[in-house]
Amino acid sequence: MKTFKLGGVHPKENKLSSNQKIKEIGLPKTATISLTQCLGASPEPVVVKGDKVKVGQLIAKGNAFISANIHTSVSGTVTKVDDAVDASGFRRKSIVIDVEGDEWLETIDRSTIINNNIVASKDEIIAKIKEAGIVGMGGATFPTHVKLMVPQGKKAQSLIINGVECEPYLTSDHRVMLERGEEMMIGVRILMKALEVESAYIGIENNKKDAIDYLSKLSEKSLGIHIVPLKVKYPQGGEKQLIKAAVNREVPSGKLPIEVGCVVQNVGTALAVYEAVQKNKPLIDRVVTVTGTSVKNPCNLLARIGTPISMLLEEAGGVPEDTKKVINGGPMMGKALNTLEVNVVKGMSGLVIMPESESKRPSTANCIRCAKCTFVCPMGLAPYQISLMTESGNAALAEDERVMDCMECGSCSYTCPSARPLLDNIRVAKNKVGLIIRSRAK
Amino acid sequence: MNTAILFAVITLSIIGVLSAIILYFIAQKFKVIEDPRIDLVAELLPGANCGGCGFAGCRNFAENIVKNESLENMFCPVGGNDLLKQIGPVIGQVAEEKEPTIAVLRCNGSFANAPSKTQYDGVKSCYFINTLYPGDNACPFSCLGAGDCVVSCQFDAIYIDETTGLPVIIEEKCVSCGACVKACPRAIIELRKKGKKSRRIYVSCVNKEKGAISRKNCAVSCIGCGKCVKECKFEAITLENNLAYIDFNKCTLCRKCVAVCPQNSIHELNFPERKASQPASGVVEEN
Repeated sequence: MKTFKLGGVHPKENKLSSNQKIKEIGLPKTATISLTQCLGASPEPVVVKGDKVKVGQLIAKGNAFISANIHTSVSGTVTKVDDAVDASGFRRKSIVIDVEGDEWLETIDRSTIINNNIVASKDEIIAKIKEAGIVGMGGATFPTHVKLMVPQGKKAQSLIINGVECEPYLTSDHRVMLERGEEMMIGVRILMKALEVESAYIGIENNKKDAIDYLSKLSEKSLGIHIVPLKVKYPQGGEKQLIKAAVNREVPSGKLPIEVGCVVQNVGTALAVYEAVQKNKPLIDRVVTVTGTSVKNPCNLLARIGTPISMLLEEAGGVPEDTKKVINGGPMMGKALNTLEVNVVKGMSGLVIMPESESKRPSTANCIRCAKCTFVCPMGLAPYQISLMTESGNAALAEDERVMDCMECGSCSYTCPSARPLLDNIRVAKNKVGLIIRSRAK
Repeated sequence: MNTAILFAVITLSIIGVLSAIILYFIAQKFKVIEDPRIDLVAELLPGANCGGCGFAGCRNFAENIVKNESLENMFCPVGGNDLLKQIGPVIGQVAEEKEPTIAVLRCNGSFANAPSKTQYDGVKSCYFINTLYPGDNACPFSCLGAGDCVVSCQFDAIYIDETTGLPVIIEEKCVSCGACVKACPRAIIELRKKGKKSRRIYVSCVNKEKGAISRKNCAVSCIGCGKCVKECKFEAITLENNLAYIDFNKCTLCRKCVAVCPQNSIHELNFPERKASQPASGVVEEN
């Protein structure tokens, strides 16, 4: 069984909701659609207060190179274009829409018939993806159309589809592969056409055997798509780790995957691409896993973008009383929410609810130089050293320790026997080094 | 035996004399002529190397004063006017009097005024928390209370009050070097004029959100109602982005704005108690 070489940990999987079918939840009364839903510049709103909108209508246009359009996920009246709390807790520009009925744009094909005849050309596909505002659905929310535009002089050789879902608890990608597998596979073929590549590899961890079997059966029909079962190891879903595991290539430090001829896309993204290109449906909903050991019924919910998460939490049986943390994303890389008044965004893959016994940080002790963090670091860094640099106020030195290669997977903090806040300190160092690098570029 | 010792002594002596001659000429060639006044000035300086003057330490400050032979724009916040008066004769200049300043904390989001909604258990660093989220009281402008300013202060003039969660600036110890101003990621600390008898009036809030929003998180936030602006006859108060700001150069310390503020966010320091007829609102206890 394939896997990446360097480092990695194996946290308890806790995939509580892996047998729960994706359930569509109802429409919210008001939808608050944040405008900061992608990496890069936030798009500019094109609607004003009082406008009537239909589902799928463009409400914010991304004008910058790295930016993605946003479409309304509900129909109704725009009541506010103002700041609202987003998942980070800060107030960011949002569009608030009062929901009236469920009227869709006529151009969107809402039938469930699977359309596997790809007629669009390469440029048309990319234009459609850009128009639909598709971003990386794994959580990083990088605009997909930018990834598909291979820079001049480079050539993509293989497309890698990320069905790893190495984060504990989360099962949204797993369910997408099982229930929407056929559509997703067409999405993969569309992406292959857009990149002009002959082969695609779908990396799936071995704890999702049903998905591996199902997709293997489907892939027999389509040429060039290979299913790669992977050994269960965190953080295999990281771009560079997945490339190493699936096609055994190593992305150089500070470079993008295209350097070794690879483009990585999430399975959720592939599904969104299918819907955008074949059904004309922009990215207006996504699958969110709501889970946790104390949750009554962990589930996978298909929610419209902008739905308040309180609706999702209620669907899962409400927030238990002993809850101490609600995490946006998986427990390893996700961020704890500081308010529950946030809304679903494109990058929200799951909500993990944790009681105090699980969320409490153990008290820290001194670093004993056991080097466990160095062994588990998938990028080959020395986390304890970078952490010490930050603590002594020399975060700028961490640049030579290649701190910018860190993808903040948290394996070091997870494994530290002294429970030191390694990742926290590395993030501080990354922040400071990032500032230095940017100021140097100027 | 004797010849061997003699030989060694003579050889070493010759080497010694030769080295001395070479060293003498090298020393002449690379002689650094330093103004003796630099040492005189440097001796007067406090030697804390806090950087409050804007130069890399006290010695560098002294070098610059002597080199330019001017005291213009040169100020040591630690030594203050007294020090400049002493430095003046050394370089034959008369120092200009400068009003002393002091660091002022412009946030009153204590545990009581702005109750915590969440509990942070990560690294104790304001800089880091600021990159993560708005803070436990959900006000994105408020003091985070992790004490970056305390660490930055070389004069032990700041400590965190455990009961309020806010830093307290000790007036007697603060030399107004500005290290805490630079350390605060939210620009809450400001250097303000110390004022007559250390009396000061300032808006203890930097929240630029609309009143309805900021009030949800904090009972004493500035809501930008503009009452103080209307009350001030000296045009010392300006309202920008829902936030009032008192210009300390124009303020005459009349205290009328303090009385009208509905949020008690204008603070007065070191004033005598008001008479009974003039009800005071927003009186802060002296730190």
